[in-house]
Amino acid sequence: MKKTSWYSKAYMSVALGFLYLPILVLIVFSFNESKSRGVFTGFTLDWYVKLFHNEMILSALFNTLVIAAIASVVATVIGTLAAIGINGMKKWAKSLVMNVTYLPIINPEIVTGVSMLLLFVFIRDKFNVDMELGFFTLLLAHITFCTPYVILNVLPKLRQMDKHTFEAAQDLGCSPAQAIWKVVIPEIMPGIMAGFLMAFTYSIDDFIISYFVSGPTSQTLPIAIYSMTRRKVSPQINALSTIIFVVVLLVLLGSNIVEARREKRLNRKEED
Amino acid sequence: MKRIFALLLALALAAGLSSAAFALEEEDLDMEYYTRFKGQNISINVYNWGEYISDGSDDSMNVNKEFEELTGIKVNYTNFATNEELYAKLKTGGVSYDVIIPSDYMVARMINEGMLSPINFDNVPNFKHISEEFKYQPYDPENLYSVPYTWGVVGIIYNTTLVDESKDMETWDILWDADYAGEILMFSNPRDAFGIALKKCGYSMNPDSTDQLREATEALKDQKYLVQAYVMDEIFDKMTGGEAAIAPYYAGDAVTMIDDNPDLAFAIPREGTNRFLDAMCIPKEAKNKEAAEMYINFMCEPEVGAANAEYIGYSSPNDAAFELLDEETQESPIIYPSDEVIEKSEFFNELPTEINLAMDKMWTEVLSNDEQYSEWFIPILLVVCIGLSIAINVVRTLRRKRESRNY
Amino acid sequence: MKSRYSAYPYVIWMVIFTVVPLLLVAAFAITDSSGAYTLENISAVGEYTPVLMRSIWLAAIATVLCLVIAYPLAYILSRKTGSQQRTMLMLVMLPTWMNFLLRTYAWMTLLEKNGIINRLLGFIGLGPFEMINTQGAVVLGMVYDYLPFMILPLYSIMTKIDNSVIEAAQDLGASTPQILRRVLIPLSMPGITTGITMVFVPAVSTFIISRMLGGGGNLLIGDLIELQFLGNAYNPNLGAAIALVLMVLILLCMSITNQFDGEDKEDMII
Repeated sequence: MKKTSWYSKAYMSVALGFLYLPILVLIVFSFNESKSRGVFTGFTLDWYVKLFHNEMILSALFNTLVIAAIASVVATVIGTLAAIGINGMKKWAKSLVMNVTYLPIINPEIVTGVSMLLLFVFIRDKFNVDMELGFFTLLLAHITFCTPYVILNVLPKLRQMDKHTFEAAQDLGCSPAQAIWKVVIPEIMPGIMAGFLMAFTYSIDDFIISYFVSGPTSQTLPIAIYSMTRRKVSPQINALSTIIFVVVLLVLLGSNIVEARREKRLNRKEED
Repeated sequence: MKRIFALLLALALAAGLSSAAFALEEEDLDMEYYTRFKGQNISINVYNWGEYISDGSDDSMNVNKEFEELTGIKVNYTNFATNEELYAKLKTGGVSYDVIIPSDYMVARMINEGMLSPINFDNVPNFKHISEEFKYQPYDPENLYSVPYTWGVVGIIYNTTLVDESKDMETWDILWDADYAGEILMFSNPRDAFGIALKKCGYSMNPDSTDQLREATEALKDQKYLVQAYVMDEIFDKMTGGEAAIAPYYAGDAVTMIDDNPDLAFAIPREGTNRFLDAMCIPKEAKNKEAAEMYINFMCEPEVGAANAEYIGYSSPNDAAFELLDEETQESPIIYPSDEVIEKSEFFNELPTEINLAMDKMWTEVLSNDEQYSEWFIPILLVVCIGLSIAINVVRTLRRKRESRNY
Repeated sequence: MKSRYSAYPYVIWMVIFTVVPLLLVAAFAITDSSGAYTLENISAVGEYTPVLMRSIWLAAIATVLCLVIAYPLAYILSRKTGSQQRTMLMLVMLPTWMNFLLRTYAWMTLLEKNGIINRLLGFIGLGPFEMINTQGAVVLGMVYDYLPFMILPLYSIMTKIDNSVIEAAQDLGASTPQILRRVLIPLSMPGITTGITMVFVPAVSTFIISRMLGGGGNLLIGDLIELQFLGNAYNPNLGAAIALVLMVLILLCMSITNQFDGEDKEDMII
């Protein structure tokens, strides 16, 4: 394989260039003095200062984080329980539930968004529930599209698990709840964590579904970004991109280092 | 040395500017009136056009913030881009806004459909500042539902460096000029786009038959090859950045754009144009009607009205606010056009339902217009997909059966 | 106790928030604004065939491009050693973590008439080219935004292909194209189908990319739906009908691709 390496390297660099060029441009122009998107006139940090005084962005950021945190926790709880339940279902029931689980994943987001909008309006009009589009509807929608991802991450772990562990725990005097809590959950923890992280990131990043079910009191960050791109554009948006990029970079680097260390430790243990 | 001097000059200028900007003095305001909701944790949802309020950038007054500080009422401020978007959002339901700012024809439509709540003018004492000329308009003949916010005309904004000098800019035909293919921007909302197309076809901007609309639709379809993009507020960046040469837009925004890029100019077509009046209204679903009325009243404060007019560049129907504007603005032919222009312009009227429906439909037709495909394509595609799916399943089941028999 | 009871909250949740909403879409699609039964909306969808064709066409091009770009990339990635692999994978996935609106916006600044690419080309005496507000720009945006969705499934299936399999094929005298056709592609088929659906579905239903990079004149099916609900031509019944047709089409396409997979997924009917 060695002889092919130079063009695979070249290919990798071109591909990475394609992926990073636009982001690089965004970052460079966040330091641009003028509002122009094409000409660099001088260095400034003004846009960052303005960004930190932009209440719309700050409150949107706050909403985004709160919704993502609550939605991903709730989705993880419901999803983990659901996965345990689905695992113990008969075949036909299982395939039925799994089909419904795949629906929000396969369905175009715009259809999900529209359908949830219709649902919330329907509930409000027909049942006279005082539920306005806003924080609460966003939360419900986010939990709905996050939960399937948790299930899909947890189910494989459950399948890998020895079926008899659960029964053994009960034979040894655990109540079913205890058996789940003490035996099953620790076993599938990596899947739960992966599902939680996936739910969290999907929630933070979601625009299309949120766009349909949000109201005036609860803009999330993607919605704020969208309304920024539709108006007179201010380089604040570039500053925001840069900050998001740096935060993501740090988080990923950090998790990678932790992972690498853990792996090293495991290797050492195996060697011992 | 030179640089330091330039910096000092800039600072001096900035200082001079900020002192010239409008400031709210407490003694001018009826504090008893404005503070009566303080501490009650009330919030109102305001739904306004994008770039349609003085927002504190470039040393202007931050109107929403001033209002919040003055009254203790929290303002949830969001934007729409077109009247039709506003209408759709309200019609879809699930949300309640306290203050909205539709244009004339949309006010009429909303009144007809019972979507607005009458304003208690006792709570809006500053209504007295509104010029008589703008009260009791046809869209709200008894003036029960609306308080005028701004007015203006539609015209053509163009980039003098990209447009041939010999060209006649004072006509809608320029938007159909093939020399500028790919350099033209167009309204992305049906009413404005159809208004222009109708005028070009020689009709009134208020069509009275679907045949006229049909003709306008064909004109818009012809124009589509020349149009670079259909835009609303995206126009600011595209025109000031020199991305496009010609675009129809609202006069007030043209002023803002010319400020940012002096190469731009504004022309009002002599065939006549649309004159609009945007008014503040309270939707039926409003949760805090009195707070909404307070907000409307605040927007009519002379200083606030002047700050808004100054920042967004639109014409103010508020006499007291007009007095506070500087002379250059007061005499601007773009912001306050001549009587001749006004005479030839027409307001958009509320259209009969069937014309509204036809317009929505034809607008989608214009935007989606492309090579023609058979209408049967979708059903056939569906049938083929279903057939394929069943066939594969059958084949697979058969094969599995055969295999299991072999073993 | 039967552990399946623990799935009941989820089942109830999904019935309320997934099944009922989709039924509502169907109900809206077959009624008019006053609530009376009509098939007018469904039949009106046929009028928008050009939009549907354009959406499918552009999304298909974008999907193929993604596959062509991602396949070698995923292969190269999967042949790297442990720590190198992890770093490279992180590099490839990092851009996805930025909001796709921001990434699409970045392309706006690049493609504009006075944008960076045209300026750079101007230095060597080329252009300016009209890039933004074209269908090409829309496809580019789709490829850029959804490329990682193609790389990831391909990569995870390819890490499972042992080098020795490829070496064995080489030892038996297979040429590179033969290895590709007879060994790599069949083994990576599940990854390919997953990748295709993960790119095609969001691409065919997008309304942001076409609006930001396509100039609003290149309407896609997503734009059409948005237009009927929150846009300039309010008609939720028609919007629901279009959404319904889109959904049925996609679910059918999915079931077909899944069946090409060859692998039986016990828990999927569609």
